[in-house]
Amino acid sequence: MPHPDPDRAEVAVVGAGPAGLAAAVTAADAGLDVLLIDAADAPGGQYYRAPAPGLGAGRPEALHHGWGTFTALTARLDRHRATGRVRHLTGHQVWAVTRTGEDWTLHALTGPDGGDGAAPRARRLVIATGAVERQLPFPGWTLPGVVGAAGAQAMLKSGLVLPGRRVVVAGSGPLLQAVALSLARAGARVPALVEAAGYGAYARAPLTLAANPGRLAEGVRHRAGLARYGVRMLTHRAVTAVHGTERVEGVTVSRIDRAWRPVPGTGRRIDCDALAVGHGLVPQLDLALGLGCATRTGTDGSAVLEVDARLRTTVPGVWAVGETGGVGGVQLALSEGELAALSVIADARGGRVPARAGTLRRRRRRMRGFAGLMGTVHRPGPAWTGWLDPDTEVCRCEEVTVGAVRTAVAELGAGDTRTAKLLTRAGMGWCQGRTCGFAVRALTAPPDTDAPPDRRPLACPVPLAALARAARDEGE
Amino acid sequence: MRRARRRDPARTPSGLAGAAPGPAFDITFDGRPVPALPGQSVAAALWAASVLSWRTTRVNGRPRGAFCGIGSCFECLATVNGRPNLRACLLPARPGDAVTTQEGNGHAAPRP
Repeated sequence: MPHPDPDRAEVAVVGAGPAGLAAAVTAADAGLDVLLIDAADAPGGQYYRAPAPGLGAGRPEALHHGWGTFTALTARLDRHRATGRVRHLTGHQVWAVTRTGEDWTLHALTGPDGGDGAAPRARRLVIATGAVERQLPFPGWTLPGVVGAAGAQAMLKSGLVLPGRRVVVAGSGPLLQAVALSLARAGARVPALVEAAGYGAYARAPLTLAANPGRLAEGVRHRAGLARYGVRMLTHRAVTAVHGTERVEGVTVSRIDRAWRPVPGTGRRIDCDALAVGHGLVPQLDLALGLGCATRTGTDGSAVLEVDARLRTTVPGVWAVGETGGVGGVQLALSEGELAALSVIADARGGRVPARAGTLRRRRRRMRGFAGLMGTVHRPGPAWTGWLDPDTEVCRCEEVTVGAVRTAVAELGAGDTRTAKLLTRAGMGWCQGRTCGFAVRALTAPPDTDAPPDRRPLACPVPLAALARAARDEGE
Repeated sequence: MRRARRRDPARTPSGLAGAAPGPAFDITFDGRPVPALPGQSVAAALWAASVLSWRTTRVNGRPRGAFCGIGSCFECLATVNGRPNLRACLLPARPGDAVTTQEGNGHAAPRP
């Protein structure tokens, strides 16, 4: 069916992960004209990342949890794609959203090296950009073989590869259990899962736990799986050193106190050839911040988008779903995607909000409660910087050491990340502080300061030619 | 009969996912052949061959490879077929691709 205006839609959804998929198909079910735009070649986001088609995976569900939910969503997506109700732009990385009259213009890069562009428009915008992994540096974390925990998971899901044969998993947050289990099931030996927090802290919120039996059951299932594969679970501990010259040969795991300060003399070496490490996830907010959406500080200390009960941001015409409102997991993302779509439908078509919205709102409140608890339990303790050496690199791109940042603070008067960046180049490299931002902030601001989020005018690296093209189009 | 608890030595990512990939092909890493499966990224093919590092840093010349796995950290920059600064974790491997260790920013003139 030819579309009346191929470059315009009633609603655009940025991100085809669980939240974005749920939003797109729900809106399309109600007859809305939907644009689903995503950087990947296939729907699913990072959570439902699937092996590349060429790998011929006969059991992709073996790498996932809740695969049936995903295939049901993609079946609905396929039906809507066939009728033209959903236009799914794959391989489109949105780098900025701007206002054009009553519409939002989504500036996107396309093509194998981002050399081409597209600028579709939509009346309403749903931001479903997900989250990225939070990294805290430690001595040796730049050695090959040290990889992100979510990174190892992503490489396993898409490329069916492991970073090593004997892989220690470390950091903080429930994601680590899923990663350790995936690596073990795929054939890696996982000698230990090193968790900086303690799971006992969950027990101090019995009502929240009781309201989320699914999460409890998931925890029990993970623990049983880890035990089956001989993965030792070490809590209140952190990797405080990595050994090896050209690649990882082992790690030192030390006990840490409640503030995450290493306890001297408690270090124990574990031999391994890779370390998968991450300290939870943080919302990916570049597009939303560029639009001026307000944020607040989540319980884990990271900036999250401010949304109302209908998932509207503070910018009219912009909704936000899933991890962008605070990291809370796949079930929450699915519910919020659907709930936001009902709100978008009401906005576009008027009429009564269906009873389904009430169910989703209650479910959301319950799961947001658990997400808040999770953030509190795994929030990095203020004294984690105690495991750093002066020559530990904090900014990997520009190779800026902890010592250099501390000198900028103590001797040159840098009291914020921006000044530290100008004095040391920390956060000025390829990744634009996406990897080191949290750590640099911890080294420059007093502990537990809730600093405003990083603002970047471009959500990803953009070739100058694409910028010039966008400027020319705006001028027309 | 009680079955002994043991690790299956044949357990692999491909085995777990029931993969029946198309025929493997070769890319090269610093001149030496490395097998790749259709659909794998350059980084995945290198990991499968136990290669974890394929560039050296600009300032200290330290080895680096893939870290975030999703294109956000830029640690996996590689020189492929002479073109530097490509993110190996996002780049699909193609038959005959020549990956060479990238030194610094990848734009140093080759020495005569």
